[in-house]
Amino acid sequence: MSKEETIQQELIKNFAFLEGKIRIARERRIFIDVPADKFMEVFDYAVKKMNFNYLCIISGLDEGENLSFIYHLAQNYSIVLNLKITLPKTNPVVRTVTGYFPSCELYERELEDLLGAKVEGLPKGRRYPLPEDWPAGQHPLLKDWKPENLPESNSGKSN
Amino acid sequence: MAKVTIPIGPQHPALKEPASFNITLDGEKILDMIVKVGYNHRGIEKACEQRTYIQDMYLIERICGICSHTHSTCFIQAVEEIAGVQMPKRGLYIRTLVAELERIHSHLLWLGVAGHEVGFDTLLMYSWRDREIVMDLLAMLTGNRVNYAINTIGGVRRDITPEQIKTTLAQVDVLEERTKYYIQVATEEITLIERLSKVGTLSHDDAIRLGAVGPTGRASGADIDVRRDDPYAAYADLSFKVCVDNHNDVLGRTIVRVSELMESYKMIRQLLKNIPEGPVVVKVPRKIPAGEALSRYEAPRGEDVHYVKANGTDKPERVRVRAPTLANVQAVAAMLKNGYLADIPIVVAAIDPCFSCTDRMMVSMKDVNASKENVIDWKTLRKYSIDWYRQNRGLDLSKIKISKRW
Repeated sequence: MSKEETIQQELIKNFAFLEGKIRIARERRIFIDVPADKFMEVFDYAVKKMNFNYLCIISGLDEGENLSFIYHLAQNYSIVLNLKITLPKTNPVVRTVTGYFPSCELYERELEDLLGAKVEGLPKGRRYPLPEDWPAGQHPLLKDWKPENLPESNSGKSN
Repeated sequence: MAKVTIPIGPQHPALKEPASFNITLDGEKILDMIVKVGYNHRGIEKACEQRTYIQDMYLIERICGICSHTHSTCFIQAVEEIAGVQMPKRGLYIRTLVAELERIHSHLLWLGVAGHEVGFDTLLMYSWRDREIVMDLLAMLTGNRVNYAINTIGGVRRDITPEQIKTTLAQVDVLEERTKYYIQVATEEITLIERLSKVGTLSHDDAIRLGAVGPTGRASGADIDVRRDDPYAAYADLSFKVCVDNHNDVLGRTIVRVSELMESYKMIRQLLKNIPEGPVVVKVPRKIPAGEALSRYEAPRGEDVHYVKANGTDKPERVRVRAPTLANVQAVAAMLKNGYLADIPIVVAAIDPCFSCTDRMMVSMKDVNASKENVIDWKTLRKYSIDWYRQNRGLDLSKIKISKRW
């Protein structure tokens, strides 16, 4: 059995609901759609029990009705587990993972700024990466967002 | 003494790129520091969604002026994986060759900057002079000194000739000799060692906890390298050492980078010796089937990550980029805590930061006087620069002779 299959087996053994949701894309790449209410459990297990001790990035996606966030975790810097959580756009709330990976603060702020996600438990701080005077409710990575949505004063055209 | 908070940046004459450092001091000792980035954000990820894969490759190559090959390779690896391309071996070898030449150019550039930041400008002059050798090699192989545009989806755009292989090997020998001297400087030159030791300390535990990557992580004993741990391109065929050091300070980061240069020369010799015959590129349809892939790449500064999602059209659904500086910049505050104000320039420089990469910006320069003819040759460019200095600075530089090699 390959390393990837061993990981798949261990996850299914502990989380029966993951049966059929784990895809081994290639050597060292595993993609999993995790049900939203079980996400933190699976994340916690992968980090603490399976040594997925490095977070490469968090990718946010606009999928029409939903927003998805993929947490790309690496084991020994090698095998990458891509854990995906999907949430309705009306209430896209995730828990912060800064408790596991303090350096992911900026990745989470990006989700807030660019896609309009809400990250619970994120310490107060400056927004990233949009400017301080960026208008509220404007999230440029949403598919229906266009630069014309910006009020005149922020569009840079006045210069 | 009362605590003083000094804001440096986002725009500041001492900074090469915009970033903001809020530093709380007790005398000249740093008590706390808040680093802010984001001033270069230009929305490249959004722009990628509106362009075709080929256009994106050239756009993404311009995320960074130093590790341009890094970003374009990292991106198209993901695209090629989604499209299920059977990559031609020779193409991968050439891609890897350019990648290692780029690392040499970046590390030599860094060595010069580091020398400059500690007042050792001779080192800057030496290493940047030697860096011209590798810039010439890159220009010979790809046609460009930077933004090489050697990549294309399915392989590379130029083959390598036996004469080019010969020249590259000869020049690598020259670079290796020079690098031996730099290793001697970094490990024996007492003033440099005294200046860099115990400066910008990042403990092994902090490096792991804060997710430091590349030479920054490796200088704190983190034995990580994407080239070995998650091999891509031709790295699985190469034998090389991952340079790890336990100094945990700026000296360690210097030793790691100069040692890595030697490994790059080794890799280049292996690549050129074993390069297989065959095509350098295969044809890939413009439309990429639906799918997703995560690509990782060991940039000169550390791990570069691209995530690409395809939707079956000729444009990607989503492109996500995380450049190494975003992973390393968060360790800077830890490095500087309890350090001294005067150490900030070298400590910041020691992660080899690249905020353009981090914020994924694109500079669009509009020359108001631009004529239709935008290409200027070397002679015209030299004349322009001589005239400019004569008119604006009253200097006559026309008598300066340029070495024949350049």
